[in-house]
Amino acid sequence: MGPLHELLDQSSLFLQQLVNGITLGGVYALIAVGYTMVYGVIQLINFAHGEIYMLGAFLAYTMVTVLHLPFFVAFILTILLCSCFGILLDFIAYRPLRQAPRLAALITAIGMSIFLQNLALMIWGSQIKSFPRELLPAVFSRPALVLGEITVSWLQIFILTITVLFMAILHFIIHRTQVGTAMRAISHDKVTSALMGIGVNRVISFTFAVGSAMGGMAGILVGLYYNAIFPTMGYIAGIKAFAAAVLGGIGNVPGAMLGGGVLGIAEVLGAGYISSEYRDGISYAVMIAVILFKPSGLIGKPTGDKV
Amino acid sequence: MLRLEGVHAYYGRIHALKGVSLEVREGHICCLIGANGAGKSTTLMTISGITPIASGTVTYQGQPIHRVSPEEIVRRGIVQVPEGRRIFPNLTVQENLMLGAYLQRDKAEKLSALERSFSMFPILRERRRQPGGTLSGGEQQMLAIARALMGTPRLLLLDEPSLGLAPLIVERIMGIIRQIRDERGATILLVEQNAQAALDLSDYGYVIETGEVVQEDSARRLLEDPRVREAYLG
Repeated sequence: MGPLHELLDQSSLFLQQLVNGITLGGVYALIAVGYTMVYGVIQLINFAHGEIYMLGAFLAYTMVTVLHLPFFVAFILTILLCSCFGILLDFIAYRPLRQAPRLAALITAIGMSIFLQNLALMIWGSQIKSFPRELLPAVFSRPALVLGEITVSWLQIFILTITVLFMAILHFIIHRTQVGTAMRAISHDKVTSALMGIGVNRVISFTFAVGSAMGGMAGILVGLYYNAIFPTMGYIAGIKAFAAAVLGGIGNVPGAMLGGGVLGIAEVLGAGYISSEYRDGISYAVMIAVILFKPSGLIGKPTGDKV
Repeated sequence: MLRLEGVHAYYGRIHALKGVSLEVREGHICCLIGANGAGKSTTLMTISGITPIASGTVTYQGQPIHRVSPEEIVRRGIVQVPEGRRIFPNLTVQENLMLGAYLQRDKAEKLSALERSFSMFPILRERRRQPGGTLSGGEQQMLAIARALMGTPRLLLLDEPSLGLAPLIVERIMGIIRQIRDERGATILLVEQNAQAALDLSDYGYVIETGEVVQEDSARRLLEDPRVREAYLG
């Protein structure tokens, strides 16, 4: 093999990894915005957010395999259900602690995370589940684009489209709607928001609903992409998405999108070029580096929009 | 219009209000004067439903409102301009104003309220796209007042609107408050440390000290009262 050939091989490997990294990054970004929005409005790291993501994957799986619903119907129903779970989680676990010290809510969040993991373990067992290919739209397993040695699958395109679409919707909600303006107001000053007649708890519920919808959606997408659904899947994904949120600047939505993208790419490239053993380690290293050197994140600022 | 009877409230562990009773009559400008920490802001926060009361009653237009949510209180027409203006610095001037009309569902009504604020405060129209945090202190106070007016209050609560402003601006703000009563027919409860400015403007006044109302009278008589003159008018 000539040197030119080798170079081409190298660069197509790199591009393939980049495509995979961007896909993964999109998913991280979807989860990360859920962390960052909730942090923005109530300054709580919702550690149970990863479990909403896990529930999303399991619910869609159950709807497809047990109830035999068409995939896209299951997809939409799951997203709606995850929104409801998000609202319920806030209502049961966090709302009673709104006036309590932040540490109390944080510990409760960890408790809810463990509870939901075990609940899933009881319902679905510890065996790894995967979507049966024959019950999915056939197009998912076909390549959409083949450029030399680079393949982009329809599933990857689906994931990226959904990610970009929902990020755009989220941006619109936050900046162009009344409830979005209220979210930004609450992130800055809850008392004054209440003095404007804003139903603060209702806006917080809405924030949980939106964040959980996106988290649940990410769960389905990852379930499809990696073909593995299991009760602890939310734990690692949750920590990585949290790292993405921290990387972008916790409380900052565009930051979470950027952080998710950067982390996904870094992880895939790291796994490809260094060793796949270090896959998870890379996320943690990134998070530690951010906390050490730039605690406010890539585009986070100490004051400013928190959602 | 508004009546507080024997209101006790705590600010954290501090017994901030020890049986406050006062009344605000419809169409009046009524002021509550007193030193820093006397309980003036807590009084307004209990009326707005933010600080819960331990005992006593708050009635508004004959209805008890001390168990009512802050949201519902705004809906019934009591709007507060909080101390230190508390505008949202990260939101634009226009977004700040629109939040004041949060409970107004009718879009056309919102826009006409916005138009009214802009004609009352032309400077806000000029700065409508600027973040609220970039405004000067006086402009921020105008924004805070305009934002409260977006909710078309029948009773406007103002907490230290003169705080930190130059004397000329204070005069301007006091003029605006009078204008709100005269032209919009809103009743006003004004909390001030600047007793002179507040009493000059008011019909009736209360003096509050360490959580208790120690004196009340028409504003004119309070201005001439030797105790008030000595303690608050220097």
